[in-house]
Amino acid sequence: MSVLVQEDGLSVARRRLRPRRTTLAGLTLVGVIALAALAAPLLPWDPEAVDLLARLEGPSAAHWLGTDHLGRDLLARLLHGASVSLGAVAVIIALILTLGIGIGGLSGFLGGRTDRIVMRFCDGFLTVPTFVLAMFMVGVLGTGLTNVVLAIALSHWAWYARIVRGMVLSLRERDFVAAAIVSGASRPRVFAEHILPGVLAQLVVLATLDIGHMILHVAGLSFLGLGVTPPTPEWGVMINDAREFIWTQPMLMLWPGLMILLTVMGFNLLGDGLRDRLDPTLAGDDH
Amino acid sequence: MLRFIVGRLLTLPPLLLAVSVGVFLLLRLGRGDPALDYLRLSNIPPTDAAVAAAHQLLGLDRPLAEQYLSWLWQALHLDFGLSYVTRRPVLDDLLYYLPATLQLGAAALVVTLAVSLPLGIWAARHRDRLPDHLVRALAFVGVSIPNFWLGFLLVLLFAVTLNWLPPLGRGGLSHLVMPVVAVALMSLCINARLLRASMLETAGQRHVLYARLRGLPERRIVQNHILRNALLPIVTATGMHIGELLGGTLVIENIFGWPGVGRYAVSAIYNRDYPVLQCFTLLMTVIFVLCNLLVDVLYAWLDPRIRVLREVGR
Repeated sequence: MSVLVQEDGLSVARRRLRPRRTTLAGLTLVGVIALAALAAPLLPWDPEAVDLLARLEGPSAAHWLGTDHLGRDLLARLLHGASVSLGAVAVIIALILTLGIGIGGLSGFLGGRTDRIVMRFCDGFLTVPTFVLAMFMVGVLGTGLTNVVLAIALSHWAWYARIVRGMVLSLRERDFVAAAIVSGASRPRVFAEHILPGVLAQLVVLATLDIGHMILHVAGLSFLGLGVTPPTPEWGVMINDAREFIWTQPMLMLWPGLMILLTVMGFNLLGDGLRDRLDPTLAGDDH
Repeated sequence: MLRFIVGRLLTLPPLLLAVSVGVFLLLRLGRGDPALDYLRLSNIPPTDAAVAAAHQLLGLDRPLAEQYLSWLWQALHLDFGLSYVTRRPVLDDLLYYLPATLQLGAAALVVTLAVSLPLGIWAARHRDRLPDHLVRALAFVGVSIPNFWLGFLLVLLFAVTLNWLPPLGRGGLSHLVMPVVAVALMSLCINARLLRASMLETAGQRHVLYARLRGLPERRIVQNHILRNALLPIVTATGMHIGELLGGTLVIENIFGWPGVGRYAVSAIYNRDYPVLQCFTLLMTVIFVLCNLLVDVLYAWLDPRIRVLREVGR
């Protein structure tokens, strides 16, 4: 039976070295997917070209991974799906960071009654389970990719506002901020130049760790038929399209899922690596 | 303890009231006129007279505040209106589907805890050796895999290829296996990772060193001195996982033809059946909030520091 003790020097050293490998692996995966997203429009295959004579074909020279139930090229759809997913997530993250920093940051910086009211408002958002809130938002806004992006941003921003507020509150008490105030810097300037940079570093790490989660949300809502509208290639929709053919053409379902898995893995690896390098205070032992 | 529970209970009504106002306002101020959706779903042509009649029927011609208060009054009497599609009371419809969802969600929660705790302990006790690597690899894949795709992979393996489990429907225990795994895997992996990290952190604390110096057997040190403290973060995390499990259930129901609220809600979103959407969101919120209350109470029971501090603070 092994003895559970605290880390020895050797394993600490090993752990310090690991982040570099993790970051590199994550960067490679994300890089390849991003390249696929960028290269997709340059390729000769049209992801939306229907060819009813070539339905559900296996791999061939013309269609490397075969075709789907409407005779569309599977590989082209997979690659285009990368740009849809990455694009959606980029917008979601931008929205969440803007809302989180804007609302949470100001709330923490201004303090007092504003802070209390804003935080109660956030509590309201946090009371509803995230996925249910996202579904409700889609119900309010209507289906479609843009609305799904908005819905996911609106259902996650409150977490970020809370976190940013906490960071601002603790930074506000630091000596260098007091020094800036004493030396006569205006309040907006103190916020922008002395508090924001400290918040951003940690926030980038958190956001990277969350990207995988967002990709899963987008795919999940699309899978339910609430997201991307049909001809557009999206991985969640492709999985839903393939479900009728699970008995005969399981590969139709395996590929898009594998793409989601690899993309999410890439971002998770990248997030873990970044966390350990940029922000040792957040580093858990859990990687 | 009773004071703690009552105090915690008292925070719920204002929170739920706030959520209900938010839900109400977003639905009313959202795009489109509910009356048009009502007429479309009733197959009535939207003539001016019909729209006006629908406005009056749905109370849309009254001021917003009055609409909300009358909705609230009825809601307090458990009347959430009629579905535009089925024409039945929304709450009756939802309560009809709810047991299936709760069954799946609860089973997933049980599996999450029952599997993640031994896995986390196992990994922590064999840090940097094979079990640890295995658990971490599983956890890494588990947090990255889309739950609905996992559901199909399970169907592909256990229903299509091996023919061991039924691919669809609700019935005996065998129907429950695949949906539960698909819903639970992500939370299970996060929990196992968290417990491992938390145990390793606790293992470095002084009271553990002291227990070792006293020459206590390893099993007792792990059980009484490490695990007890290391479990606290797990309790907090479980509160959050309940939200994830609920969300996961709504998606996974779709794959396994599980007759729960998820599919009903998705069709309501499609049809823009507002009363259903409103009641669904509130119902899920109430369940989520009550589960979290339970978790908080459990936490306070396990950790006297919290209980005493909050009671003194109040």
